[in-house]
Amino acid sequence: MTGRALKIYVPCDASAVSVGADDVAAAIAAEAAARKINLTIIHNGTRGMLWLEPLVEVETPQGRVAYGPVTVSDIGSLFEAGFLEGGDHALAHGLTEEIPYFAKQQRLTFARCGVIDPLDLRDYESYGGLAGLRRALKMRPEEIVETVTDSGLRGRGGAGFPTGIKWKTALAQKSDVKYICCNADEGDSGTFADRVLMEGDPFSLIEGMVIAGRAVGAETGYIYLRSEYPHAIKAMRKAVEIWKDAGLLGADIEGSGTGFEIHIRIGAGAYICGEESSMLESIEGKRGEVKVKPPIPAISGLFGKPTIINNVLSLASVPVILEKGSEFYKDFGMGRSRGTQAFQLAGDIARGGLVEKAFGVTLRELVEDFGGGARSGKLVRAVQTGGPLGAYVPVSDFDVVMDYEALAEAGAMLGHGGVVVFNDSVDMVSQARFAMKFCEIESCGKCTPCRIGAVRGKETIDKIIAGENVKENLAILEDLCDLMEDASLCAMGGLTPMPVRSAVKHFPEDFGG
Amino acid sequence: MAILINNLEHSGARAICGRYDNRPDALLEILRETQEAERYLNNEALVTIAGALNISRADIHGVVSFYPDYQREAPAGHVVKICMAEACQAVGCEALAAEAEAKFGAKIDGVKSSDGQIGLEAVYCLGNCALGPSVMIDGVLYGRVTPDRLHALLRERSAGEV
Ligand SMILES: Cc1cc2nc3c(=O)[nH]c(=O)nc-3n(C[C@H](O)[C@H](O)[C@H](O)COP(=O)(O)O)c2cc1C
Ligand code: SF4
Ligand code: FES
Ligand code: FES
Repeated sequence: MTGRALKIYVPCDASAVSVGADDVAAAIAAEAAARKINLTIIHNGTRGMLWLEPLVEVETPQGRVAYGPVTVSDIGSLFEAGFLEGGDHALAHGLTEEIPYFAKQQRLTFARCGVIDPLDLRDYESYGGLAGLRRALKMRPEEIVETVTDSGLRGRGGAGFPTGIKWKTALAQKSDVKYICCNADEGDSGTFADRVLMEGDPFSLIEGMVIAGRAVGAETGYIYLRSEYPHAIKAMRKAVEIWKDAGLLGADIEGSGTGFEIHIRIGAGAYICGEESSMLESIEGKRGEVKVKPPIPAISGLFGKPTIINNVLSLASVPVILEKGSEFYKDFGMGRSRGTQAFQLAGDIARGGLVEKAFGVTLRELVEDFGGGARSGKLVRAVQTGGPLGAYVPVSDFDVVMDYEALAEAGAMLGHGGVVVFNDSVDMVSQARFAMKFCEIESCGKCTPCRIGAVRGKETIDKIIAGENVKENLAILEDLCDLMEDASLCAMGGLTPMPVRSAVKHFPEDFGG
Repeated sequence: MAILINNLEHSGARAICGRYDNRPDALLEILRETQEAERYLNNEALVTIAGALNISRADIHGVVSFYPDYQREAPAGHVVKICMAEACQAVGCEALAAEAEAKFGAKIDGVKSSDGQIGLEAVYCLGNCALGPSVMIDGVLYGRVTPDRLHALLRERSAGEV
């Protein structure tokens, strides 16, 4: 065994592991040992091309060459084909970065994800990590807030509130204690971008949190991470340790006078805890019941102190904005939706995965060009965008542009960027029923329109399914949706009518109408 | 479930509370760690935690009953969580769940298999929505799960136990 060790990348991302990446890594190591070949396996995050997972990459002088989806039984033939030198094979895709799905993206927030070893701080730094923080440490808090405001960054958790404005409010509060809370509850079906980032580039989230702390004068951060994400929990815990050991957390970061510490709190299976006031209750060790606003958290949040709550992707986009400037970030996107969005292609789709692209891409481009239509080979009938509280969009509306305003105009929403594809075997009345059932299961129970409305909604849809007084029951359903929209305390009850109504509107034939 | 009996003590739970300085805001962490050891939360544990954190038993019951992760009864030997959310619906999770119920003689969120070895639970999104149907068995995530693969995975596990 001589020479420099060959570098092989096998992702440690939960999705890759769910289809055998760990077994593939072990088989490659065993085969290499048997052949007396010296190689290093790096456990990177995913490149986001999830349909190709486990995607194995080999470093060659020309760049990284991709093979996938690799199973344990392919390992022998891969070695025979000389894959360690980038040799040809039925599973070869050429250079990873030239695969059209990847090449057509604009990776800002996910620039390092899948590229680096997620827990190697030197790797992180050599790909631009820490540059944003170092600039921020030399800036006054007001300047940082201004940069974030000017970038046009809006919250990626669903509501799309301008991040800079939120920060400005928190900065203006006079308080010795303030908090930064990262919302990593990612409960929306069809979304996984927060998870992919936390497993593939956890340092970028930490960096964003430290910058946010410096910007608003907060010295304590919490990451509220759902229990359904064991890989992400492990990665974030290790990343915080490594970051701390490097002297980048603590009382006085790199002599700047800014101090910061991070705690990780694990959720306990409640979807509603993604709603921000519920999340704060949960971090305080209580039932995750939604609270009435005002006061807004930026004024009185966690333990009654000024608190910034931001989604994982909002915070992880901050380092690149500080590094490259607000103008750079703002140049991506359109209208009032600036920068890039991580779209997540899921459900019955041939090429499911993560697509980071400037706002302005159409739904059709995502589903057809990137996604390649249905995985089952059937015809696509509908797409649900924006999670369980988002609308069902029919194929005839696929030319809608993916930005906050255009989607709202089309009666849909962007939410956290989920795009769930259904084929023509979908029964839209059952999807509407499920929306009500989900609300029934996940309601925090605080207000009646949601707690009782969801149950009545499900019962009414059951009558429609049974063919009972369909016309009258559709009218009752409409009425109930009005009530839930108008009188629910939070968006759980308030937006459950969106999937229901869109299903009735676009697919009346499924409602016996 | 009511907690009626006084003066119960659970040394494991007390030690965990101590590590969190008996802070009430750490309640979720304390419950999770306590549950990790025995796989469910018994009355002794809850009474001990309430005492250590100086919160009422009603409050602790309120928290435990709010969150789906907390168990008050011993779970099945193997807990199979099947994702029943939209992206997995789009690729047939309902059929997978129905086959699992029939095969193991268990009900989703209901009765365990007759030998108590397999319990089925519905969950709503495991963050693996591009590679559904997704299933988590004893905390381990699997993607693109067919009925055959699910049976094979459970067979592997029960074989490992003999
Ligand atoms: C029912 C419900 C669930 C939510 N779930 C999440 C979630 O899982 N993650 C998230 O970041 N925001 C979620 N939100 C939005 C948060 O309330 C909040 O707007 C967001 O965390 C703010 O961060 P941002 O401005 O960076 O998006 C949810 C809201 C509602 C009403
Ligand atoms: S709308 Fe539903 S989830 Fe929101 S506060 Fe009311 S009961 Fe709770
Ligand atoms: S829940 Fe308050 S009156 Fe019924
Ligand atoms: S919807 Fe099943 S894993 Fe997300």
